[in-house]
Amino acid sequence: MFIIFLLIGISVTVASGFLAAFLWAVKSGQYEDDYTPAVRMLFENEPASKSGGTEPKKA
Amino acid sequence: METALQTKIQTCYHCGDSCVDELIIAHDKSFCCAGCKSVYELLEENNLCTYYSLEDNPGISGKQPLAQARFAYLDDAGVEAQLINFKNDSICKLTFYVPQMHCSSCIWLLENLFKLNPGVAESTVNFLRKEVSLTYFHQKTSLRQVVELLAQIGYEPAITLADTDGKKETKKNYSLIYKLGIAGFCFGNVMLLAFPDYLALGEEVQRDYGRFFGYLSVLLSLPVFFYSARGFFESAWQGIRQHMINIDLPIATGLLALFITSLYQILTNTGAGYLDSFTGLVFFMLIGKYFQQKTYDTLSFDRDYTSYFPVSVTVLKENGEEESVAVRNLKVSDRIRIRNQELIPADAMLLHGTAMIDYSFVSGESEPVEKVVGEVIYAGGRQVGESVELEVVKEVSQGYLTQLWNNSVFSKNEEQSMESYANVAGKWFIIVTLLVAAGALVYWVPRDTSMAMKAFTSVLIIACPCALSLSTPFVHGNTLRIFGKNKFFLKNTSVVETLAKIDTVVFDKTGTLTEPSAAEVSYTGKVLTPAQEQSIKSVLSHSTHPLSQRIFHFIQGDTLEVQGFQEFAGKGVAGEVNGHFVRVGSAAYLGVNTSQEKDALKTTVYVSVDGVVLGYYTFFNVYRQGLKEVLQGLHIDKLAVLSGDNDHEAARLRELLGEEAELNFNQSPVQKLEYIKSLKNQQRHVLMVGDGLNDAGALKQSDAGIALTNSITNFSPSCDAILDATAFDKLSRFIGFSKKSMNIILASFAVSLIYNVVGLTLAVQGLFTPIISAILMPISSISVILFATLSVRFAARKAGL
Repeated sequence: MFIIFLLIGISVTVASGFLAAFLWAVKSGQYEDDYTPAVRMLFENEPASKSGGTEPKKA
Repeated sequence: METALQTKIQTCYHCGDSCVDELIIAHDKSFCCAGCKSVYELLEENNLCTYYSLEDNPGISGKQPLAQARFAYLDDAGVEAQLINFKNDSICKLTFYVPQMHCSSCIWLLENLFKLNPGVAESTVNFLRKEVSLTYFHQKTSLRQVVELLAQIGYEPAITLADTDGKKETKKNYSLIYKLGIAGFCFGNVMLLAFPDYLALGEEVQRDYGRFFGYLSVLLSLPVFFYSARGFFESAWQGIRQHMINIDLPIATGLLALFITSLYQILTNTGAGYLDSFTGLVFFMLIGKYFQQKTYDTLSFDRDYTSYFPVSVTVLKENGEEESVAVRNLKVSDRIRIRNQELIPADAMLLHGTAMIDYSFVSGESEPVEKVVGEVIYAGGRQVGESVELEVVKEVSQGYLTQLWNNSVFSKNEEQSMESYANVAGKWFIIVTLLVAAGALVYWVPRDTSMAMKAFTSVLIIACPCALSLSTPFVHGNTLRIFGKNKFFLKNTSVVETLAKIDTVVFDKTGTLTEPSAAEVSYTGKVLTPAQEQSIKSVLSHSTHPLSQRIFHFIQGDTLEVQGFQEFAGKGVAGEVNGHFVRVGSAAYLGVNTSQEKDALKTTVYVSVDGVVLGYYTFFNVYRQGLKEVLQGLHIDKLAVLSGDNDHEAARLRELLGEEAELNFNQSPVQKLEYIKSLKNQQRHVLMVGDGLNDAGALKQSDAGIALTNSITNFSPSCDAILDATAFDKLSRFIGFSKKSMNIILASFAVSLIYNVVGLTLAVQGLFTPIISAILMPISSISVILFATLSVRFAARKAGL
């Protein structure tokens, strides 16, 4: 039954990974604006826009 | 094709306005003005017409032409330094507030600014806050050029004196989200580790793993105790120090008892503890707090006069050259030029031109006041009409408005209202809980000491009024959301409780009860022939005077050519149309004796054709739609109106508001404030509804101040709530609904009380076990949350909100 200790260790580690990811996301400002990114992703890239030649900027 | 287009009213391809005054056909599209057309051409040149395919008519009307050199002050290094957030050798970063932003096309265009100006490296929009964060290369372009570009395409950033006051605190506080995330993580894992206890997997499993699971749970609940739950302990401690009992005290006691008991049980290996309940409670209560903390980032509830003031003003140098100077650097005896619709930033003396000052911001007076050369004009007035020259007599910081604002009576100390429902209930809760716990202790000590300890702690644990503390934030949070959906925005949730207690409502008149942009015009005198009306309209079309404009819009039909048009400042206008000499203006101008007129206070404009006075136009206020319903729906015992205007509308107001209402006219901002103060001294709960800077003091002084605004992103004085003018007719329903939501809180108190009674019954008998706590605690929390949310929704639907 040693496996239980191992499994619990793994599960807590994985969960901690998600917690860390969440904290990082908050810190990096992803919770600052929860509306604009949803609109921005629907803008289509212009076909063959030679003028700039760059991709639309992402935040 | 042209004729086909003419048959119906065209709407502008760019801004969607109807092209009534002017119609420009270009590129097979119709535009309402040259401004809109040029923006379209600019976008088309740069392949940015996607702007028009995302939304219909997304543009902002370009009718108001931009003055050259308007942004010259941005070249000033000092101003620039105050606006910019970050600067290095190559790039500058800054954030602008762009109130015109309204649709996804706007986001798209603003984020593609780099195509219009290659000097812009990146622009990112935060739509909810209506902000654009810009990065630009300061070698390739300048701040002024970027702002000019924005203004040119219709998105002029709002740069006010407040922006240059120093960096405002934009950093959002995320600690609650962190706390919530950590509590959620620990709750989930502790719950998982507690499973073996519930499932009764047998002695063997319990013996082998019980200790390990227990220690791991303790480890996981430490961050919850020391970090996530800290706010409850701190708040309870603060309450004790101020000799006050708030709702957080019983919560903190409960949490402490829960944690210490669990710790003791696990460390002495006498039980499994209640750590899952502990972490769960903290998690649920933090959700409640998060819900309560919802804010409207886009709205600013705490503006002061600096938000109204421009950053720069045109200063005339000795050699006659114009220069843009930051308002802050304005000195006494500087000569400034104020153009149409510009705000006067400092007390100044009129040197040249005719000033028509619109003081609606400051005094609430709806009609512009005329000033003649030599008179001192106070800051805060807005010039209407021609541009004027003034000499500054006082620095901005010494001006009348600034002094008024800094007056100590204007600052209401925001004492925390401790008398909220939850806190009152909390006081009784802790008393009852302690009595019951002591009773259990007294009962058990002679019989069974270990049982006595268990019963005592159980009572403290189960009595933790988590459900009680959950109901308030959820009811208030949902109420706030429903109000927000109906365009009524509260500063925070405690305003709901304040609104529910209101028994006195005070209205400002101008701009609040009345429609600021509209005035009813009525004509008295000899009947005018259509030809005469047409000639009057034609003459007035040349005048920018606001009264001329109102009559101009009042008369239907086309205009004719006017010869020899003359405008006599402060008197009237004259001109010849079809050989008839038309004069329009004040009674004195036309030589009418007004002393016989009864209503000398009314604003009247006389007309004469070929020297014969025909009659006069009178202006009436237009009251907002739905005002009658609002007044009928308000179940309060006192109604009052404070107006900065004179009392010529008294009779109409009396008719609208009824005999009981108190009407006060010619009120200065300080008088309004004093009036509210005197009402409060009579122990009344006062709601003030106002719109202008002149109401700012009264709004602050009242228990709840509602600022009415035609556009919620526009400036409004500091207040507790902002109401969109289109939702004015719902005002009485909002207040009624606040009262209803307080009843819902009481009902959910009752629901949570049932759980507490059941739990206490078990606890005093010493029957409180981990399994019972595991079932009872989440159920009580969740059911209270559900009850609060659903009943608020249901009540809102019934109230038609």
